[in-house]
Amino acid sequence: MVTPLDNSAPALRVEGLRKAYDDVVAVDGLNLQVETGECFGLLGPNGAGKTTTIEICEGLLAADSGSVEVLGRHWESDARDLRELLGIQLQDTQLSEKLTVDETLTLFQSFYRDARDVGEVVDHVDLGEKRYSRVGGLSGGQKQRLAVACALVGNPQLLFLDEPTTGLDPVSRRQLWDLIAKFQAEGKTIVLTTHYMEEAERLCDRVAIVDHGRVIAQGTPRDLIESVDVSHLPPPEPRTTSVTLEDVFVSLTGRTLRDE
Amino acid sequence: MSEPRSLDPKEGRARIKRVPFPLTEEQASRPRLPFMRRPFMKRSMVQLTLVRFREFIREPEAVFWTFIFPILLAAGLGIAFRQRGPDKVQVGVVTGLAGTGAVVQSLARDSTLVVTTYDDSAAARALRTGKVALLVVPGSAKDSVRYVYDRGRSEAVNARLMVDRAVQNGAGRVDAVRATDTYVTEAGSRYIDFLIPGLLGMNLMGSSIWGLGFSIVTARSKKLLKRLMATPMSRAQYLLSYLCSRLVFLILEVVTLVGFGHWAFGVPLRGSLATLLLICLLGAVSFGGLGLLTASRARTTEAVSGIMNFIMLPMWIFSGVFFSSANFPHAVQPFIKLLPLTAVNDALRANMLEGASFAAVTPQMLVILVWGVVTFFAALKLFRWR
Repeated sequence: MVTPLDNSAPALRVEGLRKAYDDVVAVDGLNLQVETGECFGLLGPNGAGKTTTIEICEGLLAADSGSVEVLGRHWESDARDLRELLGIQLQDTQLSEKLTVDETLTLFQSFYRDARDVGEVVDHVDLGEKRYSRVGGLSGGQKQRLAVACALVGNPQLLFLDEPTTGLDPVSRRQLWDLIAKFQAEGKTIVLTTHYMEEAERLCDRVAIVDHGRVIAQGTPRDLIESVDVSHLPPPEPRTTSVTLEDVFVSLTGRTLRDE
Repeated sequence: MSEPRSLDPKEGRARIKRVPFPLTEEQASRPRLPFMRRPFMKRSMVQLTLVRFREFIREPEAVFWTFIFPILLAAGLGIAFRQRGPDKVQVGVVTGLAGTGAVVQSLARDSTLVVTTYDDSAAARALRTGKVALLVVPGSAKDSVRYVYDRGRSEAVNARLMVDRAVQNGAGRVDAVRATDTYVTEAGSRYIDFLIPGLLGMNLMGSSIWGLGFSIVTARSKKLLKRLMATPMSRAQYLLSYLCSRLVFLILEVVTLVGFGHWAFGVPLRGSLATLLLICLLGAVSFGGLGLLTASRARTTEAVSGIMNFIMLPMWIFSGVFFSSANFPHAVQPFIKLLPLTAVNDALRANMLEGASFAAVTPQMLVILVWGVVTFFAALKLFRWR
């Protein structure tokens, strides 16, 4: 049985996390704390260690050192419970193109003890019209919403989304934002990575900026914006607004988000 | 680098516009599925197996190569190597000699002889080029005849006997003993009888190895395996689902191929059908282990294709699919006998053609079993789940 959740504990606590691949240190002493019910954004340039961090939290990778506590549990002892409680969307999963949306979700549903109704999840991600269509025929945005639906069908308490909107058109992106907001409105927790500052500002209660495998700043988007002195930065274009999270990012990392 | 600043998360949250979760009351009150009492079709084992079925059936190429191709192959080879009665013997007779007319007349009475007349030089050329097996040179007198042929060719020696009998009988010889012939065709000794069990064995191997190897590696290369690992899905069920779907398709494969051979060519089924199915079952499960092993590490479908060919090609050649493995030198026979496909083919032939019982094919079954167990555990040990 899944033990009851302790809502006072942080949804996610990461301390001193380290992970090195053959010659590259991907995560280098990273600390994070995500409270229950918040939407938390991990920002950082490519190669900053976001995906590695998130995959360690998802139980897909083992850390070299450091501790990870998810929903008050540890992967070493409570893996089975955690898999029941987490919803996961990976950056590059391709679901089987020959199955329909309904068949895919019914498959994922069958793995969970406390699953949600497939029809309800299909409606949640706005794929009602495509419910009986093959996955191969879906647009990029629809595929991505299906990937999120696969994460939602297990009725998770904590949702990990790794670049959920990368490569999507603005309409699809907004649809995904809506469904993330709906999930959060149920009092559940989201951890997402993104390249889009606008997305982070709009969706996230708090963000952490990650570079070289460490958190170099964290806080609410607003606080981060207020804390940074951007006077030394050349104004990139005539400003309509004052400072954006993008400026914060460039100021801290010396790079734009898209830089390798 | 600035130190991470810890902030009260409550501060930021007020900014987020909350969208009410659009659950109707009816939806919200719907009971969750109780895990242990969920309907049969909603169980993960059933769902995983159904996915295997769907992925297979919705791939027309896979259906073709598994079901249609072996039948086409059997039909083609069965027709090409069918028996056409006794072979005709080509005989040449030299013209322009006194006895020519009488000899030609005598030979014409034997329907297995095909007689062509040549003049002297053309006759020599026909013999040299193999158009005729034997040349009859009638003597200048009616009571002599000369045969020209290569004593080293059994076909020519045979022609000598047949031609001489026809010539002697034509000249009035009477047999001392009256003989009659009864012709039989023994089902089970023809090429098609040899071929069908071999094709069945090859098909069991091919579809187990391709079916498992390819689809597991595809799932791995598309990160689908990794995604499934993030769910509470049981790994054992994932692998078992391949086995379950294989067993269902296995029955279809056996029925179509053996049924076709039996119906179209009268290939015998002398052993019990239950034993036949049991051999196929063990074979398919054992090859499943081999398929799992081929798929255990490869990250790309290109890599696994190479491994699969590397494993299957030697068995196609050595294990007696199209021709008997007895053709290989004596020294390598023990190794050939230890190949799983050889064991399956030998057992299938013993069952179908000789009516062997299960007990009689125990050595082959042991070989198959050992392969299955060893490859399965090796695969589990090596398997890359992400």
